[in-house]
Formats: sequence, structure tokens, C-alpha cells
Amino acid sequence: MPDALDGVNPVALCWRQYRLERKMFWRNPSAAFFNFLLPLLFLFGAGAILSGNQRDLNKLIPSIAGMSVMSTTFTALAYNIVFLRERGVLKRIRGTPLPTISYFGGVAANAVTNTALQIAIIVVAGRVFFGIGWPPDPGELVVFLVVGVVCFAALGVAFAHAIPNFESTAAYVNAVFLPVVFVSFFAFDSSSAPGFLRTIADALPLKPLIEGLSGALVSGSGLANNLDALAVIGLWGAFGLYFAVRGFSWEQSRT
Amino acid sequence: MSETSPAIEVSALCKRYGEYEAVRGLDITVRRGEVFGLLGPNGAGKTTTVEILEGYRARTSGDVSVLGHDPASRSIELRRRIGVVLQSGGIYSHITPREALAHWASFYPHPREVGEVLALAGLEPKADVRSRRLSGGELRRLDFALALVGDPELMFLDEPTTGFDPEARRAAWETVRSLRDLGKTILLTTHYLEEAQALADRVAIVKDGRVLAVGAPRELGVGAAHYRVAYRESGGELVERETGDPTTLLHELTGAALARGERLEELSVERPSLEDVYLELTANA
Repeated sequence: MPDALDGVNPVALCWRQYRLERKMFWRNPSAAFFNFLLPLLFLFGAGAILSGNQRDLNKLIPSIAGMSVMSTTFTALAYNIVFLRERGVLKRIRGTPLPTISYFGGVAANAVTNTALQIAIIVVAGRVFFGIGWPPDPGELVVFLVVGVVCFAALGVAFAHAIPNFESTAAYVNAVFLPVVFVSFFAFDSSSAPGFLRTIADALPLKPLIEGLSGALVSGSGLANNLDALAVIGLWGAFGLYFAVRGFSWEQSRT
Repeated sequence: MSETSPAIEVSALCKRYGEYEAVRGLDITVRRGEVFGLLGPNGAGKTTTVEILEGYRARTSGDVSVLGHDPASRSIELRRRIGVVLQSGGIYSHITPREALAHWASFYPHPREVGEVLALAGLEPKADVRSRRLSGGELRRLDFALALVGDPELMFLDEPTTGFDPEARRAAWETVRSLRDLGKTILLTTHYLEEAQALADRVAIVKDGRVLAVGAPRELGVGAAHYRVAYRESGGELVERETGDPTTLLHELTGAALARGERLEELSVERPSLEDVYLELTANA
């Protein structure tokens, strides 16, 4: 076995990488703000405007939860990968004996921690401030969060390949993030949304995720009623994983 | 594998990018414990060669052995025994040298003490400063420190001082010398002659993906004519003669001059410097 452990354990290394990622995350105030606080500001801002209108609040909570999944995984990973690739950090790590699986395990666990923290805050806020009880279907919540996180994380890593340099990351990421959020929120919230818009929203992964989270957090409609939504997210996840792995580059191309 | 086998053996290495041949049949052998310099102009194929040895790139053809391993296999066992200083390798903006070294040390089975590595790299005063506040020279020392913390047998230094001011360069040279004193085998690339001369036990001059000459910097001139004798004739004309046997030539010249009752003005005997050899080889090749 060339990869004999010899006192260095891949799981322990993954844990160390995770702890480093957490430390670096909190030391970077702008990343902490955009990845973490922004969805919560949306939640409390929109929640305050809509307060008293329970139907709208019931739509708002799963929408913000879905947006949080996307921003903590897709947006955060696209930013991170492009930055670390352009800076040469990825290339430097590739030259060390740190196992690839330990590295990406730590990076992914960092994103998942942010997702979990945000969802926890949203759930508690929904209970305390917005007249929504504890999630009626925790099992469905877990299923949709896991599938959603895998899907959007993979898409974020895959999308990082398309971004030429760090300066243009914000433009590229927002060119995807904002329209997807807009179309999905609109189609989810309003049955009067034009048909073509709903068709687009149903084909993208965010609205299916919001529907699944709505079932889990608000209506308790049950996983069986949202299997088609799960299938759409799963398909996007498979697509994302394929391109995330296939196109992965450890270094900036020298063009 | 015996400890006396070479640290690196490369033969007939080729690397093609599409139509472009970056490396065209390169051969080098790096002995254990030596500082070996790959010297050549930009675009000579130095970085491509080193990145093949580090396991970053696949070769097109040729045989490569690094500490008895094929680097293309990217085995963890090999990566534990090498240290890599990239031409431009970055680090997290918000990490301190002490934290970075502690983290990197955890990748290796038998790392060096973080405090000792900080001292070796001259980073003690900056040990707890975030990397984005470090100067270019300090970041380079952190590069050395991160490559050293795993206590590798073999270190790769790709253009270790490019873009440095003279003071930072001398500091980096001191670091490289201290690495050699630790018994490390070092392969460094450079396009600075004085750097190769100052640091390398042996130098390979590389151009267009081939080795043009190999040897100790002081002996690289050894070829057909490796002494240059110059003097000014009584007519005022400067004469230069090249010879492999300066003793005989000088005896003849001085004897003849004494017999004529003349002096040999501006008499000098020189061995071609590494610079002469380098310029000649890279111009003609």
C-alpha cells in the first residue's frame, strides 16, 4: 500500500481542514456578510414588511431557506474555488500529501455548516417571530437539505471552471444567482406568474428545493408529494457533479 | 533503494503542448545532498520540467525517477518526502505563518517543529501576522518554510527570487544555503546567472527544452579551450589567445617578450566565467 497511513489519518486531516476553513471564513468579514448575513437580512426585512399576513410569511420562510442553501453552497464555493485557484493556494495544496478527499471534505463541511446554521436560524425565527411552528416533517427537511446542498455545491464548483478570474467572479455569480432567485421566488409565490416563467422555474433546481422545504417547514405535505421536485434537484446535482469533477482545475490556466 | 542512488534521474524527457514542444529530450541526474541548478532563459522548459518532477504535469515521453518513484503516479508516499516552492504559490489571506505551518505540518508523518522552521526562515518577528500584511520577501520565506515543515529529503525551488530586490535576494540565498546545510537535496531553477553561481553545486544550462552543458559553475567552461590569455602588443594591439595549456603558452610568450626586451602590457589569464559559457551556449544553440 503506497498510501499507508503512517500516523496521518485522512479523517483527522479532513477535520483539521474543516477547522481551518471555519477560522478563515470568520476572519473574512465580507464573505461572512454576503454568505451569512444577507439571507437573514432578507428574512427579517421581508418578514417585518409581511408581518401579520400569514399566507405570505408561509411563502417567505421556505423561499429564504432555499436561497440560503444556494448562497452558502453555490455562491460561496464558486467564490472560494476561483479565489484559491487564482491565488495558487489549490496548486500549493496539491503539492502536499494532504489527501484530495480530506481537502474537499473539509471545504464541503464548511459550506454545509453554514447551511445548517442558517436553516436553524430561519426555523427558530419562523417559530418565534413569524407564526410558523416547528417543522412538521423533519425527515423531509433533512432529505431536501442533503440533496439541495449536494446539488448546489456541485454546481458551484462546476461553475467556478467557467469564471476566468477573480475580478469577474461577482459578475458571473450574480448573473446566475439573482435571476434564478427572482424567477424561483416569483413562480413559487404567485400563481399569476406567466406560464413560461413557471416552466423555467420548474426546470431550475431552486424552486423545486423551495417546494420541498415548504412541505418540510410549513405545510407538512409529505415527501411523497414532492418526489418530482426531488428528481429535478437530483438531475441538476448529477449534472453538477459530473462537470465539477471532470473540469476541475487546480491551477489558473496560463492564458 | 540505496541512499547513494541519485535523488532524481531524468532521461530523454519530452513534453509537448499541442504543436509546441516545451521539453525535447532532456537528461539530468541530481545526486543526493547537492544543490542542482537548472539555468536558462525564460521559455527554456525549466518550469515544465520541474512541474513534471513535482507531479503536476504528465510527460509526453521519457523516463523520470524522483526518490525512486514515478512522480506521475502522484503517490502520497512521494509527496511526503518532497517539498515544493512554486514560482507563484499563494496562501490564505487571513492565516498567520505560525498557523499555516502548524496546519501544513499535520500533513506529514514526521514534521519539523513549527518554531524551529519559523526561525530558520527568519519569520519569527512575523509569526503571528496575517499573510496579507506580509511583504513579498516575507511571503517567499513563508513559501520556503511551508515546503520545509514536512522535513522533506528533496526540495524543488522554482525561480525562488524572481522579482526580488537585491537585499531580499540575498536573504533568500541565505535560506537556501541553510537548507543545504540541513542536508537537503535541492533542485532549483533560475534565469539569474549569479544565483546559479552563488547557490548551485552543479548547473545544467537549458535552452529550448534541452540540456546544453552540465557541471560545477566554476568548471563549466572546461571544453576545448578553457583558458583565455590576453595581452597588448608593443604595437598597441590587444591579442587574445585561447589554450588548454596556459603554462606552456605563458612560458613562450614571456620568454619571447624578455628576449625582445619588451613588456607584455595588460597580461591576463582568465578562465571563461559561467556567464561566458552561458551566453555562448544560449546564443549559438
